[in-house]
Amino acid sequence: MAKGIMIIVEQRNLQIRKVSLELLSQGRKIADQTGEPLVAVVLGQGIDELASTVTANGADKVILIDDAKLAEYTTGAYTSVLNKLIRKEEPTAVLLGNTAVGKDLAPRLAQRLGVGLASDCTGMEYDANSFLSFKRPIYAGKAFAYLTSNVRPIMATIRPNTFPLAAPDAARQAEIVKEAAEIDSADLVAILKEVAIAASKRPELTEANIIVSGGRGMKGPENYGILEDLADVVGAAVGASRAAVDSGWKEHKFQVGQTGKTVAPTLYIACGISGAIQHLAGMGSSKFIVAVNKDPEANIFNVADYGIVGDLFEVVPLLTEEFKKLVNE
Amino acid sequence: MNIVVFIKQTFDTEAKIVLDGNGKIDANGVNLIINPYDEFAIEEGIKLKEKFGGEVTVVSMGGPRAQEAIRTALAMGIDKGVLVSDPELDNTDEYGRAQILAKAIAQIPYDIILAGRIAIDDGASQIAVRLAEALNIPSVSSVLKLEVAGTQATATREIDGGTETIEVSFPAVITAQKGLNEPRYPSVAGIMKAKKKPLKTLTLADLGLSAGDLSPKMVINQYTLPTPRQGGRKIGGDAAQAASELAKLLREEAKVL
Repeated sequence: MAKGIMIIVEQRNLQIRKVSLELLSQGRKIADQTGEPLVAVVLGQGIDELASTVTANGADKVILIDDAKLAEYTTGAYTSVLNKLIRKEEPTAVLLGNTAVGKDLAPRLAQRLGVGLASDCTGMEYDANSFLSFKRPIYAGKAFAYLTSNVRPIMATIRPNTFPLAAPDAARQAEIVKEAAEIDSADLVAILKEVAIAASKRPELTEANIIVSGGRGMKGPENYGILEDLADVVGAAVGASRAAVDSGWKEHKFQVGQTGKTVAPTLYIACGISGAIQHLAGMGSSKFIVAVNKDPEANIFNVADYGIVGDLFEVVPLLTEEFKKLVNE
Repeated sequence: MNIVVFIKQTFDTEAKIVLDGNGKIDANGVNLIINPYDEFAIEEGIKLKEKFGGEVTVVSMGGPRAQEAIRTALAMGIDKGVLVSDPELDNTDEYGRAQILAKAIAQIPYDIILAGRIAIDDGASQIAVRLAEALNIPSVSSVLKLEVAGTQATATREIDGGTETIEVSFPAVITAQKGLNEPRYPSVAGIMKAKKKPLKTLTLADLGLSAGDLSPKMVINQYTLPTPRQGGRKIGGDAAQAASELAKLLREEAKVL
């Protein structure tokens, strides 16, 4: 009996994360290929309204677990609830986004279930022998490993921006099931005291379609304004190289590279970045790379689809104007 | 306070990855370092000991070369080292390695277990969290700030777009994110002292484990290297012409704007 492909849908303040919708889109394809149902699980408080979004994005069955103790993500409560649910539902596969929540939750849940986990995957496809085969970058993308699971459920976390979003279909119907949250008291020992989300109109670096990134060539933190202006025209995130972070110009959370974030946007615009191997590891799987650098020998030009040899302080503001024209067309 | 720091020896970030004749990652001639995130864990462990007293033990899994990583940690100020070294380690996955580590750490008294939030080689970010589960204790991932008072820790961790603050009672696992501290360099005196500090090597049999207990749940079927990217077009002309041409190419050729 096919028990389904289960997507753990992540929501924050009743907003479903983009990566969860990407997972539903890809999960739908695999469900159609295999005949297994696509099961979406949503945890939180006051989440009823999310069922329609999840359904429109491809779910055959939506399981809602609504409880005050699940309003904010905590490792213990979420592990407790999902462990019980998965043992009851016995899905063939359990998939999560490789977000801060996914990275914390999936290994704990996998260990409790006694199963493996393919983390931070950038590829997942149906495989006749093992049901799902995963591709994941290792050494920050300097190599790839292909994995399958010997046990069920197969578990994986998938990197944001890996799969395209399918158009939602408001006419879709799904079975909606409400389950009570059963949380063991032993799982409530860590106490969440405070959540502080920095107000930002820009997308998360790992989820952004476009990233504008600055390196040593930015010369100082005061100059990032020109990158922010460019980013805002096209709704991009702003990143930085390790050189810029180590100089104290940007916080580490903006760092792209082997000791920072690994990103795969549609367009990566590298400004004043030389292209050290560690940086290339973090952004080398971007679909298109643009480099602006005054050094014609800079390594970044060896990977850039389009390069401009020039002074970024001159080129970037002109680019901002050109992008504005395109956006306004 | 009893502190355990779990570290991993990894390839240098400069390392170029090549595959050997069997299609596996080739470690020959590669410079090895302590995983950079584990250095924050080591530093935090030493700082806690300096403040509260007690003992700090570093634990690692790996081949004989991993002794170098442990000696470096000892030179930084860690008191003693434990290396789990066994040819069977090569046949384990994260599930099994968390079990091994849990067995090794269960032999040491611990209030707090520190580790890096991710290892830069496999990038899986699993073992420390799995370890906490195997030991049945809480964990806080990706910690930027740690305050300890009595048997309680208040940890501020990085989440997507912000931070959150979590209170846990000991024992607990904490994984370190860059920003937690500034790791010290080993001093010459530290390096001399490290040579005399205890470093115990354990096999799986010493831990009462056999390969059968640890059969992997995941199988790596293949490794590949990325197709090298080709440098594309350099756009000439003055800055204004180049900017205009680039915008046009991004719209019409790349179709990304």
